[in-house]
Amino acid sequence: MPDLLELDRIHLAYDTPQGLRPVVQDLSLTLPAGHIGCLLGESGCGKTTILRAIAGFEPVRAGHIALDGTVISSPSVQVAPELRRVGMMFQDYALFPHLTAAQNVAFGLRKLGKAQRAARVREMLDMVGLSASADSYPHEISGGQQQRVALARALAPSPDLLLLDEPFSNLDVDTRERLAFEVRDILKSTGHTAILVTHNQAEAFAIADRIGVMSDGKIVQWDTPYNLHHHPADGFVRDFVRREALTAQRQQAYARGM
Amino acid sequence: MHTDTLPRSWRLRGPERGAGWLAGAALIALAVLLPLGALAWQALHADLSHWSHLARYVLPQALANTAMLLAGVGVLVTLLGTGAAWLVTAYEFPSRRILTWALLLPLAVPTYIIAFAYLDLLHPIGPIQTAIRALLGYDSPREFRLPDLRSIHGAIFVLGFVLYPYVYLSTRVMFMTQAASLLEAARTLGAGRVGVFVRVALPLARPAIAVGASLALLETLNDIGASEFLGVQTLTVSVYTTWITRSDLASAAQIALTMLVIVVALILLERHGRKRQRYANTQRMRPMQPRRLRGGAALLAVVLGWIPVLLGFVAPAWYLLVETYKRLHLVGGVSHQLLNGLSNTLIVAFTATVVTLGCGLVVAWAGRSLRESARFNPGRACGRIASLGYAVPGTVLAIGLLMPFTWIDRQLGTVFGLQGLLLMGSMGALVCAYTMRFLAVSVGGIEAGLSRIPPSLEQASRLLGESASGTLRRVHLPLLRPALAAGALLVFVDAMKELPATLLLRPLNFETLATWLYAEAARGTYEEGAVAALAIVLAGLLPVILLARTNLKMGH
Repeated sequence: MPDLLELDRIHLAYDTPQGLRPVVQDLSLTLPAGHIGCLLGESGCGKTTILRAIAGFEPVRAGHIALDGTVISSPSVQVAPELRRVGMMFQDYALFPHLTAAQNVAFGLRKLGKAQRAARVREMLDMVGLSASADSYPHEISGGQQQRVALARALAPSPDLLLLDEPFSNLDVDTRERLAFEVRDILKSTGHTAILVTHNQAEAFAIADRIGVMSDGKIVQWDTPYNLHHHPADGFVRDFVRREALTAQRQQAYARGM
Repeated sequence: MHTDTLPRSWRLRGPERGAGWLAGAALIALAVLLPLGALAWQALHADLSHWSHLARYVLPQALANTAMLLAGVGVLVTLLGTGAAWLVTAYEFPSRRILTWALLLPLAVPTYIIAFAYLDLLHPIGPIQTAIRALLGYDSPREFRLPDLRSIHGAIFVLGFVLYPYVYLSTRVMFMTQAASLLEAARTLGAGRVGVFVRVALPLARPAIAVGASLALLETLNDIGASEFLGVQTLTVSVYTTWITRSDLASAAQIALTMLVIVVALILLERHGRKRQRYANTQRMRPMQPRRLRGGAALLAVVLGWIPVLLGFVAPAWYLLVETYKRLHLVGGVSHQLLNGLSNTLIVAFTATVVTLGCGLVVAWAGRSLRESARFNPGRACGRIASLGYAVPGTVLAIGLLMPFTWIDRQLGTVFGLQGLLLMGSMGALVCAYTMRFLAVSVGGIEAGLSRIPPSLEQASRLLGESASGTLRRVHLPLLRPALAAGALLVFVDAMKELPATLLLRPLNFETLATWLYAEAARGTYEEGAVAALAIVLAGLLPVILLARTNLKMGH
């Protein structure tokens, strides 16, 4: 299967008064079409910056990012975000507060005709099970429902790649797990390629086909969940996966009231 | 996968290449700098004979008057503003809640209107002095009269009583957000009420006082009407008369440049205050518990608290109401010229509001950052520069604009063969001047509005295929509507009231309400001035209400 997304030795950095502060150095990964990848790591390890670079909000200082064989980011090229055919689900959902759920989903469908657009909106809301809330404003629906609207909105224009930035962190533990599986089902049924960023190992293992464990701006291991568990590349990955697994168990225990 | 195989447009359209917006913002910033540059050029290219004449005959007196006025007003607004803020924060007494916002009312009265009203109110044969004489048993002004209002003391008095709300507002907000825990801590350490005020509250409030007082003093420097009516030859008045009566633009520019030095000092004072405020504001907000006053103490608090409101708003407003009523009753209508002035005012203020908001939107939008990693934001810098106009006195701004506008008019005349003066002969010059002077209001309001919209909304919109401009139109404009409405109101009323720049830049025979009032007062014919003044004060009440609602949270 051809790789849809390719990050080739990219460097990302922030401008600070003291000069450039590197965030990500010499990072490479590839993701085949139809796969769901995940960047897993503590906050501050640079994973969100990578997502923002793929979306086109951060410049690449060295290396390049290619989507479907075309360079979209390099030191000399930066395709505008609106031309990348990349969708994104934000940590705070970023729903437009002045638009209803249906209008939010329709936002990216301006090129379609009126009837086609309405049909597509209906189809997307059906897919996430929110047809009944089509005319509700974001503040009138629950966090989980907002999440689904955000997913429907991001998928409506059929992006080549979907980015998910800590998509479940604002939800309670039960909803989080249910939605994680649901999102995976939806993405698999529509055949979308996606990259998820999270610090929660349970989420990563519930959704992803490939997981990259990150530390300090580098990917320590980019592998299947199975291999991460059974063949960790080094002590860091082993400890990280175990510790996270324990935390997840404990969280579930708390959630069940034990 | 080589970059040179890419469509060209892809390479040009990065997220930071909001080049159009940035260029617009830079152009606006340059336009604001233009009058200052023109002023400096003009002042420095005049021959020195002007300067020596100025230095000998005009400047010493004008400088001394201005310095005295600034010092007097500074002391008065600080005393009134801080005192009133402490009174309504620390003590509970009848009418305290109403007083909390009533103390802002004098903001609705422009300086030239309060001077206009008090000149008549306190006239030796006016209502107040006549009443005092009747009370004391004198029958003629020869036997008893109050000190003449037409003096520097009179000017300090009238300016102080309409400008203290700047200090009141900033210190009140400060006391509301900061005071509680620190003041309670001071009390537990054994300090009494007065001790707490002197040793804790006052030092805490110093940055807020600096901010409020510098704004009040910028207003004082801007004032032309009150000083002129009261016969105080300030720098502002000197600039005006040098140009109007002697047609000496070079000397006017030189005096104006002197004023800019004072302006810079005041801006630095304000910036300094704001910087210190930022550190102070990190604590959590908890209003302090006011102490209930009873009996004589409560009465004293009521009297003290209402004096600034009475003198700064109720007395002049009541006077204007009565005079307007008398006039309408007597004549049964208003003159054609006044109606004309009203329609001129509304048209020019409305146009200026639209232009100012448009420019503000360009500058604020160019200053937002889509990228989190960027350090220097050129759009932000443009916004800072474009906002400088608020500090430049109207007279100074107008003198700085005279030369560029005349030049542009001449160019337009030769290039397009146009007859007459396109800018100076129309409202164009006024609209430009108002825009420069009030741009800070709209930029500040829109920037604040934008900062409340999460950046992820723009990112989401861009990833859904919308361009930067489309995002502004479809997402941010609808969400900015309250901020835009508030900004429009503030700019509109400021433009309605503007006098100093209007006097210099209006076309021939073009009167606004403010210039009409000025002319009436200057002629000593008070006939319809009160009607015009009342209209301005009534309009001025709208932003005061807005201010009270947003800054003082009147409800609780």
